[in-house]
Amino acid sequence: MEGVDHFFERMVHEHQDRVFAASLAMTGNRHDAEEVAQDTFFRAYRALATYSPERIRDLKERAWLHRIALNVVRNRVRGVRPRLVELNGSESDRSPGPEVLAMERMQIDELATRVADLPIRYREAVVLRHVRGLSYAEVADALGQPVGTVKANVHRGLKLLRGDDHDRVDD
Amino acid sequence: MIALTTDLKRLGAVRAPAGFADRVLAGVGMADSYARFETVLGDVYVAWNRLGVSAASRSASAQDFEEWFRKDVGRPLEPAAAPAELAEKIQDELNGKRRMRFDLRGLTPFEQAVLRKTREIPRGEVRPYGWVAREIGHPAAVRAVGTALANNPIPYFIPCHRVVRTDGHIGNYGGGGPEAKRAILTMEGVRLKRLEELARAGFRYQGVRTTKVFCYPTCHTGRHALEKNIVWLHDEAGARAAGFRPCKVCRPAAVA
Repeated sequence: MEGVDHFFERMVHEHQDRVFAASLAMTGNRHDAEEVAQDTFFRAYRALATYSPERIRDLKERAWLHRIALNVVRNRVRGVRPRLVELNGSESDRSPGPEVLAMERMQIDELATRVADLPIRYREAVVLRHVRGLSYAEVADALGQPVGTVKANVHRGLKLLRGDDHDRVDD
Repeated sequence: MIALTTDLKRLGAVRAPAGFADRVLAGVGMADSYARFETVLGDVYVAWNRLGVSAASRSASAQDFEEWFRKDVGRPLEPAAAPAELAEKIQDELNGKRRMRFDLRGLTPFEQAVLRKTREIPRGEVRPYGWVAREIGHPAAVRAVGTALANNPIPYFIPCHRVVRTDGHIGNYGGGGPEAKRAILTMEGVRLKRLEELARAGFRYQGVRTTKVFCYPTCHTGRHALEKNIVWLHDEAGARAAGFRPCKVCRPAAVA
């Protein structure tokens, strides 16, 4: 039991930023992102308690956590989801900076809102490929889809995002 | 022109909010939570986790408490709403009922033994440091007992204030200095003036002529003896020579 606790504590510290960033892109606001990210780790903890030591040792943590996070988001969509509009950064960041950072944060949050508005199949593909920076093969593995499907979904997702962006065409 | 994929990458570099990891760990019961409780001693900050209460302090502010906890206990800590059940247990403890569970994981086996033994001292009574040392099987480690009690992470609930110097003086107190120790003992019904007078006169034990038993002066078994039957004793040898045996409840000496 002690071993799993140590493993989990290290995993939380190592992956918290990753999981939170992906959750932000999937939900579009920091409040929901924190809920999804927390839920992801809670589920991971419950799952670890049932895993054998061998299974824990062979775990591909990153892909595993992403899969759990995607499931958390999918399950939330089925329920009623109140859309929260963040007016300003109400929660403290770990690196509270000057106004430049606040501006950047606003732009990032605005982009997150747009990503979160994508249909879920495009959203998952775009988030894993471009927000999280996985390879197409890794995305395909995490989503359980063929690489071709992933590529098509990423492409359509990006196109939709650009379409919102004043019809700008960048390669 | 801003490349969309570059922006998406920046979104991916967002960091989790402050305290996120601690909230996760607290959520699965791996970090400690804390809250402020109003008690007869004033406001007390208490930290707990799934194993029990892990720390208590009359800190001036939540920030002070967090800093002290992180330095002293070294685990993540998260503020939480005060559970009603714990609030009740805290009141009960301070009223002399023992209901609380503790998490003493970070302490050495010796420190844990000292604190567990200290917890056996009833409200309204005191014992010398030497008594704790002898009871846990380290009769020579009186100073180490003092150190362990000075570092007690859960004062008030593990009643280190009930351990006094062997010569009967009150001694120092990690939970707020000698004055705080006096105040708490007085609140618990210990007659400090009388205790100090006895100490000055060199009397350590109270013997009861009719039962031929000698006790620590605050032991509850000797409390109802008639004044005319009480004799004051200087030391164990003298007590035994006068035909007294040590009390089996407060154990002022090893029972032969």
